[in-house]
Amino acid sequence: MSAPTYDLGKLHGGLRLDGHKQQSTAQPIFDVPVPAQLILPLAQHVGDPAQPIVSIGEHVLKGQLIAETEGALGAPIHASSSGKVVAIEPWPISRRYGETAPCIVIETDGEDRAIERADTPPDYDSLAPEVLEQLILQGGIVGLGGAVFPTAQKLMQANTCELEYLILNGVECEPYISCDDLLMRERADAVLSGGQILMHALGIDVCYVVVESDKPQALHLLEDALNEIGDDRIILKQVPTIYPSGGEDQLVQLVTNREVPSGGLPSDVGCLVQNVGTAVAIHDWIHHNEPLISRITTVTGPGVAMPMNVRARIGTTVADIINFAGGYTDQAKHLIIGGPMTGKSVSTDRVPVVKATNCILVIAEVPSAGPELPCIRCGDCAAVCPVQLLPQQLFWYACADDEKHLRSYGLTDCIECGCCDLVCPSHIPLTADFRIAKGRIQEMADEKARAERARKRFEARNERLERERSKRVEELAQQKEEARRAGPDAIAEILRRKQQQGED
Amino acid sequence: MEFERVQAPYLAPQAQVSRIMLQVLLALVPAALAHVWYFGPGFIFNLIIAAVFCIAGEAAMSIARGRNPEAVLSDCSALVTAALLAFALPSLTPWWVTATGALFAVVVAKHLYGGLGFNIFNPAMAGYVVILVAFPMHLNLWVAPRMGDIDYQYLTLVETIRYTLTGVLPDALSFDAVSRATPLDAMKSGLNNAQTVAEVYTLPIMGDFGGRGWEWIGNFIAIGGFWLLINKVIRWQIPVGVGLGLLVPAGLLWLIGPDSNPSPGFHLFAGATLLCAFFIATDPVSAATSPKGRFVYGLGIGLLIFAIRRWGSYSDGVAFAVLLMNMAVPAIDYLTRTHIVGHAEGEEAS
Repeated sequence: MSAPTYDLGKLHGGLRLDGHKQQSTAQPIFDVPVPAQLILPLAQHVGDPAQPIVSIGEHVLKGQLIAETEGALGAPIHASSSGKVVAIEPWPISRRYGETAPCIVIETDGEDRAIERADTPPDYDSLAPEVLEQLILQGGIVGLGGAVFPTAQKLMQANTCELEYLILNGVECEPYISCDDLLMRERADAVLSGGQILMHALGIDVCYVVVESDKPQALHLLEDALNEIGDDRIILKQVPTIYPSGGEDQLVQLVTNREVPSGGLPSDVGCLVQNVGTAVAIHDWIHHNEPLISRITTVTGPGVAMPMNVRARIGTTVADIINFAGGYTDQAKHLIIGGPMTGKSVSTDRVPVVKATNCILVIAEVPSAGPELPCIRCGDCAAVCPVQLLPQQLFWYACADDEKHLRSYGLTDCIECGCCDLVCPSHIPLTADFRIAKGRIQEMADEKARAERARKRFEARNERLERERSKRVEELAQQKEEARRAGPDAIAEILRRKQQQGED
Repeated sequence: MEFERVQAPYLAPQAQVSRIMLQVLLALVPAALAHVWYFGPGFIFNLIIAAVFCIAGEAAMSIARGRNPEAVLSDCSALVTAALLAFALPSLTPWWVTATGALFAVVVAKHLYGGLGFNIFNPAMAGYVVILVAFPMHLNLWVAPRMGDIDYQYLTLVETIRYTLTGVLPDALSFDAVSRATPLDAMKSGLNNAQTVAEVYTLPIMGDFGGRGWEWIGNFIAIGGFWLLINKVIRWQIPVGVGLGLLVPAGLLWLIGPDSNPSPGFHLFAGATLLCAFFIATDPVSAATSPKGRFVYGLGIGLLIFAIRRWGSYSDGVAFAVLLMNMAVPAIDYLTRTHIVGHAEGEEAS
């Protein structure tokens, strides 16, 4: 039996890129030893940063809660190993390209002693979805595909919608990255188990596990695992190897042929997408009481001596991991956290691995193909755009700072996948230009909103003054009328009253 | 270790403007050889002169506009303009005629509008129209194809060079002796003189569909065009649009009155139809850019070519059709925007 590839929706454009994955998939996943120092950023997820609940000098155990969520959106953080909290201070992080942000620094004691959990969690089947969501929140679980959206809140939001499909994303379409591939090979059963928990939490009965065609081994092992558990709610799907079919909205379109509405979420069309790594993290938390304190990350690229996949504790620095992978080669020139299309180029390897870190890519010089030339409107960018934008037109309007047309040509729908950049014969950095333009139209919108508020205030003030004026005129007229009717005595009386008022 | 930061994506670009232009030039080689074979070496001289003046014009304008001429010339677009212009001219053309067209194309139509990427009009066609207006008689000097059995006085290589450089024909020859009507001219004047299409086809210059020789050049142009399609240098919308726009009305009128309307096959292989469909109308800069828009743009060109050939005073209408549709491009692009994923059909993004 082979996985079905039929019944796929359409995805516009995309690129067939060289995978460069075999470098890192030849060997199993290696465990990186617990480093002497762990750096745990407080903002590892979308939403508000977590708030530390430990103090400097405090001893913590592996799995112990060290920072709590505050606000509606966020995830807690647990100590990745046992040791002493030595600082809560700014440290370079990858999310800010190597700029600093507050981190909890733990000096490990080498014992790696885990906190004792009060009791093993009850069978999840008996839990109400809301309870399960709360439990998932406590595990510090966030989307591990790279977007790091807190999983519990994603489930809560999705549960307000009519859901049909759970989609487990094992597509991993970006070149070089292979951590999900290896994870599916080594822990296929945990992927499916995580899927079952999620289905229960969402109250839905269809789960697609979607794998790209360049990962036959992972697909095969998933099939074996599925045959073993015999859960016919889970369906394996193979999709062609086209970047960026692993993008959340793109995957929904590919699997269900439904378009996620602009500015909306997959749950608007009855889908919830989770990365396979997230499913495994949920499984580990619910069944084994292990919060999210480690992740698998791909260390690869021409700048790494021994490309491989490693399981590292959250907070291990990139430098430690590169050391483990044999160090840098002579070619090492740029450090990318993430893949070669959408990853972040960071300034230093002191940044720690966080929940989002799916790949550490060390590349040589980005091959230059000559200077940027004028756009010749060849339209190749439009041909590869998965959102069916016309980047050549957007570029024109971005140069002209034309907010109206940037909006009507869908700038805000751009997913910044980078496909247009790669095919542009004029070597225009379209994605970077669009990113800047997005920031600018946001600024313009803010500016407009501010101006609008000021205008309203001004108008309200004018109105109030006008109201007061007309009220006074009315009052005067009324007093006059009264006086006329009452005669001279009354006038004297009114004048007296007025005078008194003035004195008061 | 510290690293220098760079912008995503970090993979090398896959395409290059100069490569596209060189592919277009390469695709024209078979047709160019056929042109020389049938109409003599004059084409080569026209090509050289056009190339020299296009490059000189581009270099001069780049310097005048404060650009690095080497960088501007390296995109090879000036050579494509030169090649298209050379294809549009009769093989016997004095150098100053070619030079005028080439300079107008590059200096006025291209650089005064902002250079490559900003020109509204197809430079080669703008240059051609200037020649058509300034030197109309020189465009009538098409020689007959060398088919062996056509009674015709061919110029030798030396005589061709001499004519190209001086505009003077050998003593014994007059313009009438060396020039022949093109198939389109012959068809037009034949029909105007109340001949039937079948009667016009009895002329020795007429072949199976278009003119003899012309048909073969057309074949080679089509081969080059298909090669560009396969290599995705051009896309199908414009060639198909031009074809449908020209051939559908031509076919309808031909079915109604085959005596007074030449067949679609004639329209396809006569004049510059194929060159236009694959090489001229497909100039991306001056064409519509959305996929649907390109089809509409091609369709408009095809229809205009047909209208000019059928009812206009010019025998072929490619240059005017292209320039007219160039003007319509902003409107076409505005009206044929793509459906953006995640938006309701026909809804504007906001």
